[in-house]
Amino acid sequence: QGSTPRAISIVPQAAPVAVFKLTQDFNNDQFPNKVNLGVGAYRTDEGQPWVLPVVKKVEKIIVHDDRLNHEYLPILGLPEFRSSASKIVLGDNSPAILENRVGAVQCLGGTGALKIGAEFLRRFYNGSNNTKTPIYVSAPTWENHNAVFSSAGFEDVRPYRYWDAEKRGLDLAGFLGDLESCPEHSVFVLHACAHNPTGTDPTQEQWKQIAEVMMRRKLFAFFDSAYQGFASGSLEKDAWAVRYFVSSGFEMFCAQSFSKNFGLYNERVGNLTVVARDADNLKRVLSQMEKVVRITWSNPPSQGARIVTITLTSPELFSEWQENVKTMANRVLLMRSQLKAKLQALGTPGTWDHITDQIGMFSFTGLNPKQVEYLVKEKHIYLMASGRINMCGLTTKNIDYVAESIHEAVTKVQ
Amino acid sequence: MFHDACASQACVIHASWWGGVQMGPPDPILGVTEAFKKDTNPKKMNLGVGAYRDDQGKPFVLSCVRKAEAIIAAKQLDKEYLPIGGLAEFSKACAQLALGPENEVLKSSRSVTVQTISGTGSLRIGANFLARFHPGPHDVYLPKPSWGNHTPIFRDAGMQLKAYRYYEPSTCGFDFKGALDDISKIPEQSIILLHACAHNPTGVDPRPEQWKEIADIVKKRNLLVFFDMAYQGFASGDIDRDAWAVRHFIENGHNIVLSQSFAKNMGLYGERVGGFTVVCKDAEEAKRVESQLKILIRPIYSNPPVNGARIAATILNTPELRSLWLEEVHGMANRIIKMREQLVAGLKKNGSSHNWQHVIDQIGMFCFTGLKPEQVERLTKEFSVYMTKDGRISMAGVTSGNVGYLADAIHAVTK
Repeated sequence: QGSTPRAISIVPQAAPVAVFKLTQDFNNDQFPNKVNLGVGAYRTDEGQPWVLPVVKKVEKIIVHDDRLNHEYLPILGLPEFRSSASKIVLGDNSPAILENRVGAVQCLGGTGALKIGAEFLRRFYNGSNNTKTPIYVSAPTWENHNAVFSSAGFEDVRPYRYWDAEKRGLDLAGFLGDLESCPEHSVFVLHACAHNPTGTDPTQEQWKQIAEVMMRRKLFAFFDSAYQGFASGSLEKDAWAVRYFVSSGFEMFCAQSFSKNFGLYNERVGNLTVVARDADNLKRVLSQMEKVVRITWSNPPSQGARIVTITLTSPELFSEWQENVKTMANRVLLMRSQLKAKLQALGTPGTWDHITDQIGMFSFTGLNPKQVEYLVKEKHIYLMASGRINMCGLTTKNIDYVAESIHEAVTKVQ
Repeated sequence: MFHDACASQACVIHASWWGGVQMGPPDPILGVTEAFKKDTNPKKMNLGVGAYRDDQGKPFVLSCVRKAEAIIAAKQLDKEYLPIGGLAEFSKACAQLALGPENEVLKSSRSVTVQTISGTGSLRIGANFLARFHPGPHDVYLPKPSWGNHTPIFRDAGMQLKAYRYYEPSTCGFDFKGALDDISKIPEQSIILLHACAHNPTGVDPRPEQWKEIADIVKKRNLLVFFDMAYQGFASGDIDRDAWAVRHFIENGHNIVLSQSFAKNMGLYGERVGGFTVVCKDAEEAKRVESQLKILIRPIYSNPPVNGARIAATILNTPELRSLWLEEVHGMANRIIKMREQLVAGLKKNGSSHNWQHVIDQIGMFCFTGLKPEQVERLTKEFSVYMTKDGRISMAGVTSGNVGYLADAIHAVTK
């Protein structure tokens, strides 16, 4: 049927993205007590998605505002969105903002922000079109980091030591060691807070050490901030590392996502905050980023940016948002403390402090692949092969079942 | 709070990383709008704008869109991530709109449609897909001229750009002979991009009999056809008529790739609604292609935005809204056609000796007036009529209130 240039007939089947396959398998499972500890989205204690009350309010405002239309946004996005989003991560009174050397590009989610930043770096960083500049991502990291940078043309995406599996914490010595030994001008993708997938963040003192080496060795800081507010419940606390780097004088990027902290996953709301040395450099950088945007998606979608902007620029709505964010963060903290308590009460072998030491949506349980397989196959508890669980998948109703199942897995499967 | 951090040894602000970054060239169309904004002449006209305007010169939000939004709001849906390929009911409706619901391709499931970030996003995914999988020459043949953004998109994806003759300046019409001549010489298995309707920027479309000949010669050369359809419904007012070329090529045996945009025909510009379709040999191939499209999409933006796709899907899949939409898109196309007629009538009334038939023959949002750069400059300087240097005007910027003025101005610079 039809004539095909031989082209398409040789397209091989690609493997599905693991995290989505996990959810698919979960959905197909008929077991009544199944638990989904896979995909990274917030869930209420009833195990349901949660549209933030402030978002519902703002959506109503938008739908009833006859002055709003569906015209194109500027290429770089809604101006008020860009500036208010950058203020969120850098602080209203950030010296860099006051010095007019902060700009931003509204992007499609955190992924889109990483993409535009990556494409810009490939073209203009460390020479011109230098695809050999090493890009360092943490070991482990969000699985899409690799693909974003390699699809932008970077040939050398490497891991930096991060997670110490044995002690279930940060491998600071390894991290600092890689910072000291990497080629100058390497790019480091840093998780601003609530490291995905380990939930393990450097302390403030450790961040200071990291920053010192990066500054001295002329390394580029590219922050990925997907959980601001969601991690500790405090916007300021979760932005500490980013702000410290800014105050230390770095020129840097920060890819911000509003998927989790606004619960706007499917509206694709992101912001690439650019901190430059001065306004002139900033201007030129943004003009080139505009060119990248034009050949990628032309201009960004308006709905999500409108919701965020209206919220951030109204004192009442902003407060309400902060409360909503605290609600989410607090539920996660509660599940963490309860899971640890139950495992300790069961006498599950090993230490479980990491469950409450870790922060954000995810926890690296330390379960090995066999134990994970046991949980998935025998107990219908779905989690990533890495042992990563989404704390949001835990509820007061299923936490006992999960704790007992982990206990079984650890005691039965080596 | 951190001001004193800079006093420390560790804080050294190097020379900027970006010292060597040049200022990007200003966008030509943006430049037109900027200059227009600064102009204080009350009679000024912005004919650079690529978005529809109503007869008051205002942006137009379609009623079917408002109704769809109300329906969606009432459903209180969650905000969970869409699949990488987008909202399924949107992709399905999008393909049906282009191909016709009874199309054999859809019935045999031998195509894949993914939701994309409007037309640009669709072209980009398409370009990336071809760059990775097309075993023929990586040469993309564009009509001369084509939409300004086609070239940089394909180039950035790693393709080479070539051209085939298309617009004939002496007639302000289609250079049919030149097009066939050039196409007949394109190396086999190259890629040819065709504007499905309402060619941008010229407004010049082949007639059906001409499309048939093009299809034949493209088949003889065994070329991969990439259709760009950004104006379905918006061109003639009839969605089936505007999709005729696309459907003919498929019937004629071409397994095309197709980009669709809902920016103009549903007025959903800023919501970024589009689709990319690959017509395959069979369902199995379509599945393989789909899996690879997802791999291409994920590192760019993970998954697409829901709002616009949901509006479009609601309209297309709700009979009363679909009917309303067809009426409204017909209305938009008609207003444009009427403005074309009134402009020509105005020029005739002014005693213009030139042949302005092309203004009526051309179709869609844009009109290639045939005006020379010096005339364009005079129009802008003396009459505050803003357009791009190539003589292209957006008919959407013309209203019954200002068409007379425009006719006067054009006559003044061309008599």
